[in-house]
Amino acid sequence: MDQIIAWTPVGTLDDIPVLGSRVVRTPNGKVALFRTAEDEVFALEDRCPHKNGPLSQGIVHGRRVTCPLHNWVIDLATGEAVAPDEGRAGHIPVRVEGRAIAIALDLATHASGGCKGACHV
Amino acid sequence: MDMHHPLSTPSTGPDADSRVTGDHKERLIVVGNGMAGMRTVEELLAKAPGRYDITVFGAEPHPNYNRIMLSPVLAGEKTFDQIVLNSRAWYEENGITLLTGEAVESIDRAARTVTSMGGRVLGYDRLLLATGSMPFIIPVPGSTLPGVVGFRDLADVDAMLAAAAKGGRAVVIGGGLLGLEAANGLRVKGMEVTVIHLMPTLMERQLDPSAGTLLQRELERRGIEVLTGADTAEILGGTGVEAVRLKDGRELPADLVVMAVGIRPNMALGKAAGLDCGRGIRVDDAMRTSDPAVFAVGECVEHRGLTYGLVAPLFEMAKVLADALAGGEGAGYAGSVTSTKLKVTGVDVFSAGDFSGGEGTEDIVFRDAARGVYKRLVLKDGRLLGAVLYGDTKDGGWYFSLLKDGTELGAERDTMIFGQGFGGADAGNPKAAVAALPDSAEICGCNGVCKGTIVQAITGKGLTSLDEVRAHTKASASCGTCTGTVETLLAVTLGDAFKAAPTVKPMCKCTAHSHDAVRAAIVAQDLRTMPDVFQALEWTTPNGCASCRPALNYYLLCAWPGEYVDDYQSRYINERAHANIQKDGTYSVVPRMWGGLTSASELRAIADVVDKFAIPTVKVTGGQRIDLFGVKKEDLPAVWADLNAAGMVSGHAYAKGLRTVKTCVGSEWCRFGTQDSTGLGVKLEKLTWGTWTPHKVKLAVSGCPRNCAEATIKDLGVVCVDSGYELHVGGNGGLHVRACDFLVKVATEEEVFEYTGAFMQLYREEARYLERTAPWVERVGLDHIKAALVDDPEGRRALNARFVFSQTFSQDDPWAERATKGVDRHEFSLLAEVG
Ligand code: SRM
Ligand SMILES: Cc1cc2nc3c(=O)[nH]c(=O)nc-3n(C[C@H](O)[C@H](O)[C@H](O)COP(=O)(O)OP(=O)(O)OC[C@H]3O[C@@H](n4cnc5c(N)ncnc54)[C@H](O)[C@@H]3O)c2cc1C
Ligand code: SF4
Ligand code: FES
Repeated sequence: MDQIIAWTPVGTLDDIPVLGSRVVRTPNGKVALFRTAEDEVFALEDRCPHKNGPLSQGIVHGRRVTCPLHNWVIDLATGEAVAPDEGRAGHIPVRVEGRAIAIALDLATHASGGCKGACHV
Repeated sequence: MDMHHPLSTPSTGPDADSRVTGDHKERLIVVGNGMAGMRTVEELLAKAPGRYDITVFGAEPHPNYNRIMLSPVLAGEKTFDQIVLNSRAWYEENGITLLTGEAVESIDRAARTVTSMGGRVLGYDRLLLATGSMPFIIPVPGSTLPGVVGFRDLADVDAMLAAAAKGGRAVVIGGGLLGLEAANGLRVKGMEVTVIHLMPTLMERQLDPSAGTLLQRELERRGIEVLTGADTAEILGGTGVEAVRLKDGRELPADLVVMAVGIRPNMALGKAAGLDCGRGIRVDDAMRTSDPAVFAVGECVEHRGLTYGLVAPLFEMAKVLADALAGGEGAGYAGSVTSTKLKVTGVDVFSAGDFSGGEGTEDIVFRDAARGVYKRLVLKDGRLLGAVLYGDTKDGGWYFSLLKDGTELGAERDTMIFGQGFGGADAGNPKAAVAALPDSAEICGCNGVCKGTIVQAITGKGLTSLDEVRAHTKASASCGTCTGTVETLLAVTLGDAFKAAPTVKPMCKCTAHSHDAVRAAIVAQDLRTMPDVFQALEWTTPNGCASCRPALNYYLLCAWPGEYVDDYQSRYINERAHANIQKDGTYSVVPRMWGGLTSASELRAIADVVDKFAIPTVKVTGGQRIDLFGVKKEDLPAVWADLNAAGMVSGHAYAKGLRTVKTCVGSEWCRFGTQDSTGLGVKLEKLTWGTWTPHKVKLAVSGCPRNCAEATIKDLGVVCVDSGYELHVGGNGGLHVRACDFLVKVATEEEVFEYTGAFMQLYREEARYLERTAPWVERVGLDHIKAALVDDPEGRRALNARFVFSQTFSQDDPWAERATKGVDRHEFSLLAEVG
């Protein structure tokens, strides 16, 4: 689809530890960037759908993160809580070119929206 | 009931109707994204997936949620997220178009179209009206003032919560189920609440006067004022509500008025479209309205002259309707008998059937004032006609099934008031009672799931958890009051398998191996890194999960001291950030105060740090030191630098490691002190700080058996006596308080150190991750500990030596490394700041 996407550079792959997370502060709140063991990068709003726990502080495993406050498990690609919990953290498209990471803030899907990861570039 | 195919129209006949024409599917429009409409859709998807092109209109701006659970949401026991039934993703996955915040305004039955508020016009082949009902607002003067709300949807709950946040007074009009749940929620949220009820006793339609009065007393005990026989005359106010005036002239000040006097089926849309309506939209046994292309379900319908206001009958309707829409020829809906439960935490109320008494009926009543229990069964012709239970409702389901089935009671009559299974060998044993239930006994009233169905699902599909049972059968998925019974049923059905489970319980879902097996394999197979373990023990996930990784990290660290490189990303945030995360995402900082001692210069440095970083809360902890709460993560290294400069180090208040060593003043000042308990505590803390353990460890030293340092509920406690030191182990406070077991008495401080090191190491090497010393000692038995420490001096010395060795790698202040040496800098800084 033809669409002009505004990509905001935020750093490089090396800035995020493997199976770790770093935070970007934006005018609309904090965004957590996660790096998996396979060097995939995902971005979610840094707020757990349960009680707003900072997901960036959780433990990353597979393509998931476990919230540090009450252990909800959130799918990084969709922001969706893993059953039996229900809820969704907003998520933000990420582009990794070489090792440079950029995010598309305008295309953020908020907790109430729904794109199921289809917009993940 | 007419004998047509449920979907047929009188004019077209069974076969001409409802066929897919060309490549275009039949269009089903559902008006109302509520519990009945969406249950119908769920059932339909299960029966005939892909048959319809489905569009759902919902007036509320939310996905489908469990309306029943609005009461726990109001009371703060659940969040909205927890009560969502189908997320938006679910609609997408099932190809359903969901239009929320968009009410349907009119129906053109001739053109088969609906028009929504936004002007959208959509055509349908089948139309389903599931518009629910609306709170009835009694038309007294002032009933439209701001501050008057019903109790029906999330918007109402939000309005109530917003009012409650300001405190003040609430008046709830109506002492039925909804009114009382609202009153309880508002009271829990801190409002002063008055319930006004027209009738002489509460919930008079569901409860007899005795139970109604017991309920009233309980609510009054909780601080809710109840006025019965009270009729509302007027609601007073200017720009918002100010008071409610009763017909007898009394005026009750109010900042919020909740109207909960009843509901009215929401049939306006159907009526305007010319459908046959009575008290609701009239439907036949296949849930079809007077227009064969239009169906209706839920609280908006009138069926055989009755309307319903509970989910169980609506779910039955949904099943029948889904059958019809799927083209089946089910039995049709024949009406429902309902039962009621009140969802106020701690108040158990159940009622079913007819208990008005009358000719030919007989009452059996049971009262136990001490336990606050009241039960009344109404019988007629040897069958159960009605039941009211207060204070003990566990037999509600049993009575309800006897009642629905019209079971001939026979000999059971004499003992049934005492509950199911009474008199048998297992009287009072809930497991036996559940086991004794017939397969046809209904367990989940809301979803009409009986025991047989659940047992079949458990055995047939190999279910082992409550969540799985919920997912497969829907039992316990609605109002939740049957959760306990479902759990018991799981235990009963799985029997030995269930009991055997703990002994071979895998560490987590990533592996089939138990904690003990993994630990043994790490040493036996010489596994030295986490990937080694994943590989050798055939982990099923690429890099474990948040539950096994911290455990493995600890096991490896303990097995290979000085060699294993700690895996940073396998630690909980507290141990990564060396501070405790708080609910708002800030952190707390606890510097060590050796043995609970501090000094003017330490206190001065703490005071300066508090001022410099505007730290909001300073608290003396239960561990004899000072906690600084609300520190921003970015500030942590700087805070630590200042504390380090005054000689303070991390107190490890966040660690699965040594926390505190509490002491009392001891012989230095206390007139009863027998030894220098403070000094010994400081030495023990210097010996043990920095260690990593399966769970946190707390020590204490008391100077005499008066035990002011509470040494006998610690992981290891020392009680000084004239002739030496008594060592106690395996105690803790917390959820399950356990007093220590006495281990041994020794004569010198040196022996105290050796025993302490050896005990710590035994715990480190043998306990499972996240198992504190108390459950560990209970599991392995005190004799085992004594054998290793007391009876085997050589073994004790070896354990202590291993402990001392491992300590040589762990006693570096983690704060200093991060404050000044730049360790883990990324943890405390933003990646970027944009916009
Ligand atoms: C701050 C403090 C309460 C206070 O203001 O006094 C506290 C606060 C917390 N305690 Fe505690 N406990 C504190 C003394 C205690 C005590 C009293 C004592 O140590 O004598 C106990 C009972 C004794 C015991 O542990 O056996 C205690 C039993 C618990 C438990 C239950 C442990 C158990 O085995 O059942 C937990 C939960 C857990 O660890 O899983 C807990 C957990 C917590 C946590 C860590 C909850 C959490 O996971 O966020 C709290 C966070 C502290 C923070 O953010 O700084 N806290 N906690 C005390 C800090 C002591 C210190 O200086 O380090
Ligand atoms: C606080 C509370 C507690 C309850 N507790 C219990 C309980 O413990 N046990 C029990 O069995 N039952 C309980 N109930 C009742 C139960 O929630 C209802 O019986 C059930 O929700 C009714 O389902 P429904 O689909 O008919 O109506 P609803 O769930 O109300 O769904 C109807 C939906 O249609 C929408 N709608 C209406 N008109 C239009 C339109 N024109 N266009 C688009 N959308 C429209 C409405 O906004 C609503 O979302 C409780 C109800 C409440 C409010
Ligand atoms: S008692 Fe509970 S609330 Fe209080 S500090 Fe401990 S864990 Fe937190
Ligand atoms: S806030 Fe994330 S699990 Fe509770």
